[in-house]
Amino acid sequence: MLKAIYGLYPDPDSAQRAVDALRDAGIEPRDLAIMSSEPFEEYEFGRIDHRTPMPWLAVLGGLLGGVTGFMLSSLTQKLYPLPTGGMPIMPFWSNGIVTYELTMLGAILATLLTLLSTTRLPDWRGRLYDPEISEGRILVGVVNPAEESRVKVERRLREAGALQVKDFDPASNAGLNPETEGRSS
Amino acid sequence: MEKSPKQITDDLLRPLFQTSTRFFVAVALLGALVLAAFAAFFYQAYTGIGVAGIRWPVFWGFYITNFVFWIGISHAGTLISAILRLANATWRRPVTRCAEVITVFALSIGALFPVIHLGRPWLAFWLIPYPSERTIWPNFRSPLVWDFFAINTYLIGSVAFLTLPIIPDWATVRDKAEGWRKRIYTILALGWRGTPKQWHRLESAMHIMAIAIIPVAVSVHSIVSWDFAMANVPMWHSTIFAPYFVAGAIFSGIAGLIIAMAFLRKFLHLEEYLRPIHFENLGKLLLMMSLLWVYFVFSERLTTWYGNKPSEMAVFWSTQSGTYAPLFWTMVFCNFLLPFPILAIKRLRTITGTVIASLGVVVGMWLERFLIIVPSLARKFLPYSWGSYSPTWVEITITVGTFAGMALLYLLFSKAVPIISIWELKVGQHKVSEAPAPSSAAGSSLGAASGHGQLATDG
Repeated sequence: MLKAIYGLYPDPDSAQRAVDALRDAGIEPRDLAIMSSEPFEEYEFGRIDHRTPMPWLAVLGGLLGGVTGFMLSSLTQKLYPLPTGGMPIMPFWSNGIVTYELTMLGAILATLLTLLSTTRLPDWRGRLYDPEISEGRILVGVVNPAEESRVKVERRLREAGALQVKDFDPASNAGLNPETEGRSS
Repeated sequence: MEKSPKQITDDLLRPLFQTSTRFFVAVALLGALVLAAFAAFFYQAYTGIGVAGIRWPVFWGFYITNFVFWIGISHAGTLISAILRLANATWRRPVTRCAEVITVFALSIGALFPVIHLGRPWLAFWLIPYPSERTIWPNFRSPLVWDFFAINTYLIGSVAFLTLPIIPDWATVRDKAEGWRKRIYTILALGWRGTPKQWHRLESAMHIMAIAIIPVAVSVHSIVSWDFAMANVPMWHSTIFAPYFVAGAIFSGIAGLIIAMAFLRKFLHLEEYLRPIHFENLGKLLLMMSLLWVYFVFSERLTTWYGNKPSEMAVFWSTQSGTYAPLFWTMVFCNFLLPFPILAIKRLRTITGTVIASLGVVVGMWLERFLIIVPSLARKFLPYSWGSYSPTWVEITITVGTFAGMALLYLLFSKAVPIISIWELKVGQHKVSEAPAPSSAAGSSLGAASGHGQLATDG
């Protein structure tokens, strides 16, 4: 069961200090939790986990869409030929339009699916969260901290300028159900 | 003026949590007009398409005019938003969602008109390519089938482009709401938490979609123009139609956006967010499109006049000095003579000025769509095939109902979703806070040019 200890910070500078302090304390990057109500790409903590295959998958989706569009129009014309008065049965110009539209649709859908799958949305389980994030606070914390390091983590979070330090326990806190908030310590 | 993230959140969520009597009155009035349009449509479907004014030789009238008009209005949103997003115009932040909503609703309304126009609307699904037992497949050479693919691609893309940036705002509403609202917004927010990974993926997706949606938007109105240009009808069969239609669509779209923003500003009390600078900047875009529109109209008319083909000249003169001349010159007034001085003179480019110009443009562009469609069909080649068209109460009721429907959808949307993107506004705000203070006039003008901070420096 996921447990966490986290601090709420009023600004990105103090959040960055907290992230740096936790790293110095030997916390693994995979155990760091950072959440905010807006992106902070100017800060190092806002650029964590930046690598994504999304553009390439969009291109792949576009290619798949284009092939589908071409096959749909040209195979239909081949299987159900219409009299065209001497014009080609499978015209390049008009089939190109359907091919083009489905190429773009494929790219858009691939982008959408990549976004949802890589960010694991939708996910309504009670995961680490605090509704004060919506007030502009930045959450920086550690998930599943070792018992012996809890005091050290808490001290680091406070020293970086946390307004509050809280425990997250899914047994008593539903995370994304903000009716039950984290316990202040 | 600089607002804290909490103030921004509270201001922009206020319309969601507070509802005045005016809202219910507006919904009732608009809803009544929409119901009247539905009644007229069902009357037409039950009685037959003969209750509309379309008859030989003019088989395309108000319905197809409305189709082209609403598809044009839809260019306000996603296209403009995508261009401004890629250009990194930060003044766009309070404007984009207002614009993107217009696209989704206008496109949906526009896509209804070919179905309304069908004699047997219940057979509209024949447009969909699927292996039916009748082995009936759509003709992929037909521009109407291209419309089906283009409009659906644009609609799906626009819905995604609108919805994705709303997810973080739904999460904000989830955190603030109580009771049944909390339950609904918890579902809508999809479990958004705002991790750096989620923010980065969202911004990457928006960037890719912005790149993809611009050529789709251009293709949609090009294809709508080809509904006409592929036919060998006087003044339709023209290579200029695609860019002419795209320019007209952006023109009417910007005008629609300005009117919608003025409405939101007034009724949702968003004066501090939708500021004069936004209207001024959109007014400049509208001015540019007005000039481009005049250029296209002149090019089209000059080429036709110089060609002097009898069939085309019949249509040409019917719009310049014949039956349709009053509509044509009203269109020129509304699309150029009225907006040009208002938008060209800085002192007049105020909120009121841009709204007056935009109202003129919306009327003018509706007339333009009508004048493209009807005179060409009414004066087609030999005089024995000439005719006329006048709309019936059914067509007028449905037309009025769609305008009311657009306003109603917009109103309801603004009660369910923050009409200005909260998180994007916060990004603009913190970028202002972090921007170094300009030490010289050059620095100052650079800051203004890059549009830093719609709240701190605009206006």
